[in-house]
Amino acid sequence: MINASLKDLATALGARQISSVELTQLLLDRIARHNPEINAYITLDAEKSLAQAAAADVLIAQGKAGPLTGIPFAQKDIFCAKGWRTTCGSKMLENFVAPYDAHIISQFDAAGAVNLGKTNMDEFAMGSSNETSYFGKVQNPWDRARVPGGSSGGSAAAVAARLAPAATGTDTGGSIRQPASLCGLSGLKPTYGVCSRYGMIAFASSLDQAGPMAKSAEDLALMMNVMAGFDSRDSTSLQREKEDYTRNLNKPLAGLRIGLPKEYFAEGLDAGVAQVVLDAIAQYRKLGTETVEISLPNTQLSIPVYYVLAPAEASSNLSRYDGVRYGHRAAEYTDLMGMYCKTRAEGFGAEVKRRIMVGTYVLSAGYYDAYYLKAQQLRRLIAQDFEQAFKQCDVIMGPAAPGTAFKTGEKTDDPVAMYLEDLYTIAVNLAGLPGMSVPAGFSNGLPVGLQIIGNYFSEARMLNVGHAYQQVTDWHTQMPKGIE
Amino acid sequence: MSLSTEDVKRIAHLARIEVTEDEAQATLQKLSGILGLIEQMQAVDTAGIEPMSHSQDVTQRLRDDVVTETNQRELFQSIAPAVENGLYLVPKVIE
Repeated sequence: MINASLKDLATALGARQISSVELTQLLLDRIARHNPEINAYITLDAEKSLAQAAAADVLIAQGKAGPLTGIPFAQKDIFCAKGWRTTCGSKMLENFVAPYDAHIISQFDAAGAVNLGKTNMDEFAMGSSNETSYFGKVQNPWDRARVPGGSSGGSAAAVAARLAPAATGTDTGGSIRQPASLCGLSGLKPTYGVCSRYGMIAFASSLDQAGPMAKSAEDLALMMNVMAGFDSRDSTSLQREKEDYTRNLNKPLAGLRIGLPKEYFAEGLDAGVAQVVLDAIAQYRKLGTETVEISLPNTQLSIPVYYVLAPAEASSNLSRYDGVRYGHRAAEYTDLMGMYCKTRAEGFGAEVKRRIMVGTYVLSAGYYDAYYLKAQQLRRLIAQDFEQAFKQCDVIMGPAAPGTAFKTGEKTDDPVAMYLEDLYTIAVNLAGLPGMSVPAGFSNGLPVGLQIIGNYFSEARMLNVGHAYQQVTDWHTQMPKGIE
Repeated sequence: MSLSTEDVKRIAHLARIEVTEDEAQATLQKLSGILGLIEQMQAVDTAGIEPMSHSQDVTQRLRDDVVTETNQRELFQSIAPAVENGLYLVPKVIE
């Protein structure tokens, strides 16, 4: 049961082999056993979860079940859920109980799904290892001495350790795809604007996008059917026809043109990871696809561009944490300025402070043109690289991360080394394109993800590309040891 | 470009984050590393390139000017650090 697909869980629930209450309790028991070590969840509320499960069982009994009714999902602790503590991994929001639901949470509720708990994450989604969380680091279930990736590290670890059938994540620079890669999962960052950001705690608003994390591409498609869609409360939500993301899953891949960016296989890529990715591409050739070498010449620039734009947007977004309306407030201060400065010094962790300060600096008087404007100009060049590339190919493939899961503590003292973790994912966010990672094998016993990048709104095709591979491989069904 | 600890303190003040002398020192080193990374951008000539602020070419939607929210003052203030008579309390600003 713990390794079942969402479709199989729905079938089992529909056939009354198990009730949603039983399934939820089974997972809560597993969480109670393993979470003290793995630390994938920040907040659990068995009473709320079981009440939702009981309500789902009623819907199932009445024959009113949809594809996700009664299935428990772990929710990244960046999504406000009414009545649930919502921390975003920060001391600043340690006691924040959300007074409303994020759009994504409402969508899961409306589908009759169960909220299993709120997952750990890098503080305010700023990190690639889950080590910046105020609520402690998360273990990678494949090797407990290693990181799960980040920022959606708790979601990734929860699904990898089978403490949830699937989870939500968010991806500003790779925060779904990199942890999916490091934990052996499938994860999709949709086209910017496809999933509403309403109630999703803001980091860098022009880049933030919610997406699903699960075992298989098919599971991702089922979740996308619930998560995607227009929401007037997010000013950048796109008004589009509702899509069925499962519609293309079984299409043959013959004739698909796969672009291989030479910059994604250059210096900086671990040799073991490169081999796994090349083996996966060889497998795709057997499925009747063609490969074509392409170039994304501005790939290296995506990191400096991102580390101007994302901190600039973050410094603005995080100015709301002032200790007045909600969140942490310092205990002692003498005046208003002192209250702000102490509150923010106490409430934010080191990496968040660094990024706020970088953002403040690049936006400060006299530097705007040299940094912010320059970065926006380069952002266009990066987006144009993809525009050119998609004239030659239908999807782009490469590694999702430059290496496998690294040891806890290995990169914490060197922010720049940590930032390079996102070399292959960041450009996709800057361009606003959809990107996905699927498990493609192992290097030294650690999972490796294959990244699939599509053109705008091509998620259904990308899920088809992932699903076809998962019909001829079994990497996505493999489980780490020690999670019984 | 090189930063001094005085610059770090000035930036921290703009960002409304209190820093100690030790923190300013430690931050200086890390911020300098990050700004060094950012400096790579200057190697590319971007004259005449239109800045890109958003990935989709869309215009801002407008909604009808009608009330859509209900009054939830008590719920919202229940999570505030300090309130009194429906008002948020802050240190005295005007003498």
